[in-house]
Amino acid sequence: MKRLLIAFALLAAPALADSDLPAARWANEQLPDARQEAEAKALMEELRCLVCQGQSIADSNAELAGDMRAMVRQRIAAGQQPEQVRVWLIQRYGNWVSYRPPVEPVTWPLWAAPVLLLGAGGWLLRKRLVRKRG
Amino acid sequence: MKGRLLRFLPLLVLLAFVGAVAWRLGKPAEEQIPSQMVGQPVPAFALAPAIPGKPGLSSASLADGRPRLINVFASWCVPCIAEAPLLVELKQQGVAIDAIAVRDRPDDVAAFIARHGDPFARIGSDPESRVQLALGSSGVPESFIVDGRGVIRYQHMGPIEPDDLPTIMREWEEAR
Repeated sequence: MKRLLIAFALLAAPALADSDLPAARWANEQLPDARQEAEAKALMEELRCLVCQGQSIADSNAELAGDMRAMVRQRIAAGQQPEQVRVWLIQRYGNWVSYRPPVEPVTWPLWAAPVLLLGAGGWLLRKRLVRKRG
Repeated sequence: MKGRLLRFLPLLVLLAFVGAVAWRLGKPAEEQIPSQMVGQPVPAFALAPAIPGKPGLSSASLADGRPRLINVFASWCVPCIAEAPLLVELKQQGVAIDAIAVRDRPDDVAAFIARHGDPFARIGSDPESRVQLALGSSGVPESFIVDGRGVIRYQHMGPIEPDDLPTIMREWEEAR
């Protein structure tokens, strides 16, 4: 009986995981100003969906992602800079919410890694490179 | 000798990389994203009543000297049903509870509290999840304890379960 109930709950949960309210205005509607829309779109692609964590809010169909897109468009349309909107979200959800990691001591290895790895690769290959030229 | 060891360096780097990836795949990162607003004043908001006959909720009314538990819920949220009896129990233990109904309709909220209990003094309607986002909440249900000065003191993510009651009562006492 308990297993049956759990099976029913699993069936029911996805169906009831969304409200039946329509999407917020500006969730799926572009801003009339093309420059503002481009700014908003670029930011949306760098913000992480809170409930579908592998996706950006630009890619996600989740309702909360739709509400986040509406929020981004409303703030950009009201004259805010994309970075202000990003900072507003980071204040609430931490750096996690942004796909663009900030440059700060804890992320220095992340930014330095490509340069270091390229340097290490070059160093490993140094003899072959020299020999070929010679 | 040194050259021979160096030859295996790329392989070792590869093994370390594969090991790190395999370890992370086997032990996925924590999925809950706690709000960074804990310890900060409630952001300014004013929500209209979610149902007729019960007041809405505004940030200004939260700094009235008495702590509150703010439950972020929705009538369409299945875990909220499981949590409902525990909220009623918290109210019986003296916890003052307000609510924010996310993306909801008055009829649906009224039917939900008629069926699952009504521990809420006030219910604000948040049709576009704006206040939910302002609070740093990433889903329903969630509960915040706000102290009498309007500062968020504690966040509980997901449905409140019987095991959570002692923690919530302790945080509630600390917020008084």
